[in-house]
Amino acid sequence: MGGHRLPACDPQTKKLDNNMSKEFTIRINGRDIPAQEGETVLDVARRSDIYIPALCHLKGLSPVGACRLCLVEVKGVSRLVPSCTTYVHEGLDVITDSEGIQKCRMVILQLLFSERNHTCSVCVSNGHCELQAIAENLGMNYVRYPYRFPALKVDASHEKYAIDHNRCVLCTRCVRVCKEVEGAHTLEIIGRGVHSLVLADLDGLWGESQTCTGCGKCVQVCPTGALFEKGKAVGQMKKRNEFLPYLMSMRSLNR
Amino acid sequence: MTRQIVIDPITRVEGHGKVTLYLDDSGEVRDARLHVTQFRGFEKFCEGRPFSEMPSLTARICGICPVSHSLASAKACDALLAVQVPRTAQNLRKILNLAQLLQSHALSFFHLSSPDLLLGMESDPAERNVFGVIRSHPSLARNGIRLRQIGQQMIETLGAKRIHSPWVIPGGVAGPLASEDREALLVLIPEALSIIQETIEWFRSVLNQYTEEIRTFANFPTLFLALVAGDGHLDHYDGRMRVIDSEGNRLLDQADPAQYADYIEEWVEPDSYLKSPCYKPMGYPDGIYRVGSLARLNAVDRCGTPRADEAWKELPQPNQGPLLSSFHYHYARLVESLYAVERIEEILHDPDILDDRVCARAQPNNLEGVGAIEAPRGTLIHHYRIDKNGLMVWANLIVATGHNNLAMNRGILQVAKEYVKGDRISEGILNRIEAVIRSFDPCLSCSTHALARMSLQIQLLAPTGECLDMVAR
Repeated sequence: MGGHRLPACDPQTKKLDNNMSKEFTIRINGRDIPAQEGETVLDVARRSDIYIPALCHLKGLSPVGACRLCLVEVKGVSRLVPSCTTYVHEGLDVITDSEGIQKCRMVILQLLFSERNHTCSVCVSNGHCELQAIAENLGMNYVRYPYRFPALKVDASHEKYAIDHNRCVLCTRCVRVCKEVEGAHTLEIIGRGVHSLVLADLDGLWGESQTCTGCGKCVQVCPTGALFEKGKAVGQMKKRNEFLPYLMSMRSLNR
Repeated sequence: MTRQIVIDPITRVEGHGKVTLYLDDSGEVRDARLHVTQFRGFEKFCEGRPFSEMPSLTARICGICPVSHSLASAKACDALLAVQVPRTAQNLRKILNLAQLLQSHALSFFHLSSPDLLLGMESDPAERNVFGVIRSHPSLARNGIRLRQIGQQMIETLGAKRIHSPWVIPGGVAGPLASEDREALLVLIPEALSIIQETIEWFRSVLNQYTEEIRTFANFPTLFLALVAGDGHLDHYDGRMRVIDSEGNRLLDQADPAQYADYIEEWVEPDSYLKSPCYKPMGYPDGIYRVGSLARLNAVDRCGTPRADEAWKELPQPNQGPLLSSFHYHYARLVESLYAVERIEEILHDPDILDDRVCARAQPNNLEGVGAIEAPRGTLIHHYRIDKNGLMVWANLIVATGHNNLAMNRGILQVAKEYVKGDRISEGILNRIEAVIRSFDPCLSCSTHALARMSLQIQLLAPTGECLDMVAR
């Protein structure tokens, strides 16, 4: 995807940033905004209070451009590009909210809703879900595609946590936090396309995993009710992922 | 030669149903069947879900009494967790259940049944509805709408949502009662009491106009089942099973609802998705019993609150035993509404009601659990089995309307025999058949956990199966 692979969250990069990072001026929706080398368009937009929806992106994890909700127009580029993996450079001119972008985001959002089973009213994360919040923000009031309702099983074999694949949007936040932050790499995507599933230890039951440390970071970074603490009733699962930026900045200082 | 009359759909009931009347060679009604024609399959699609979702999942069975389902479900989940629910949480759940009883009874009496009672069984169907009542009896209609609103407002104050609130959770409730919310609930009490008392006085004064209906509306001996407190009072939340016969003799008392399967067996009829439970020791169909407001008031020794006890005593009763006519469900609903408001006030004055320990937490400790409460329409039982990871493997729901199925069928037969002559059904007769069903206040969508339109159909069938007449709304 467009841009250079320079993970903004990489502790080493951050160290360099503090010393001598290059400064640019980029243009978002006709507004000139200062930006620093290593930042993505999404980073700059977020700190400038410009709303761009995103599900797979989470500050502290490497960007992957998986959910495609953060697509933006870049002047001189004929296709839409994900803002979470597009790094800034001098003269970059971006539109975040055109009619075409809105249409595209709506299609992506509706495809996400139709792919599995996102019935908010009976979900543990009802009222605290990022997918639900984006649908509200973008004003989604219908889904034009037939729901697939694939009837996937819930893996509740872990002592503390469970995964309901029916509510998973395959954003891979859980996979990345497990690999990049906890260092366990218990979770990974198995299968292809709509048949992809997040599974533990290559295809096992989570409760039988040899590598899982039970830290629960995957649960806290999951944007929907797919990963949850067992025993939580409907609407009771509030995710707490503020630990991540703190943890990363402590690591960058080697503390 | 058998001929049939079909009424489809039934109106002013919750859910979708159909009635078939079978005529004999001489044109007399031989049999009557109530069919509940739709199916939703909650018991099946809950399988595989975490048990902790069940209170909210099963609440979706109904929009009128979601509180009842979430409470019965949460009690089944409490049994799975094997915890003692904190006393304050139990009291808060009781208030919620009584508020639900209040709003549902108000809906049944004022919105669904009062058009028959005020405007007459044979009055113009275009006027015989809640809007007709608003035009002809504005103050009664206003009271009814207000009373239901009070019940709904109480539910909202506790659970932040009037319908499908996720406030009831396994082990207790999601949050404590705030002091200002307690005051907001107490403020509603005097108005609710005065509306109900005024309505009871009015209804009692006009009861003598309904002697025909009292005589013919499912007026026959059956058993009655209700959950009753240890002291013989009403207890909609935590009572134990009592079964009485038509003379008031106790066949069963203080039985643990978890053992319901020893006393209730479910029969399936080929022409209805609604099961027909009966009292197991007496078998099918002799074990026919009724549940709901009338059954509860027949079964208990006393209501347990002064105004309700007084009001129940004031109903002219022909003899000492239980009241047998289902027409008296209406009066029983009003008495129970009075009880609900009195009890809510009592519980709100409990010194620990504002305590913030309102949920017991645990991993599941039992693989099987039963929860039972008295819903507005009668005893509601949720029975779950889970696997060792807490996922549902099996569910059985016995819903109030199901208990009444055999009695409703017999009641329709009684009214039809009385009024249907020949192979045509007049509008007034159609309405009487609907009105006997309405007196039970069935919730057909709950009973089969079935998605439904509010409607009824009656078919009149010849012995050959030929449809002679069909009335649909």
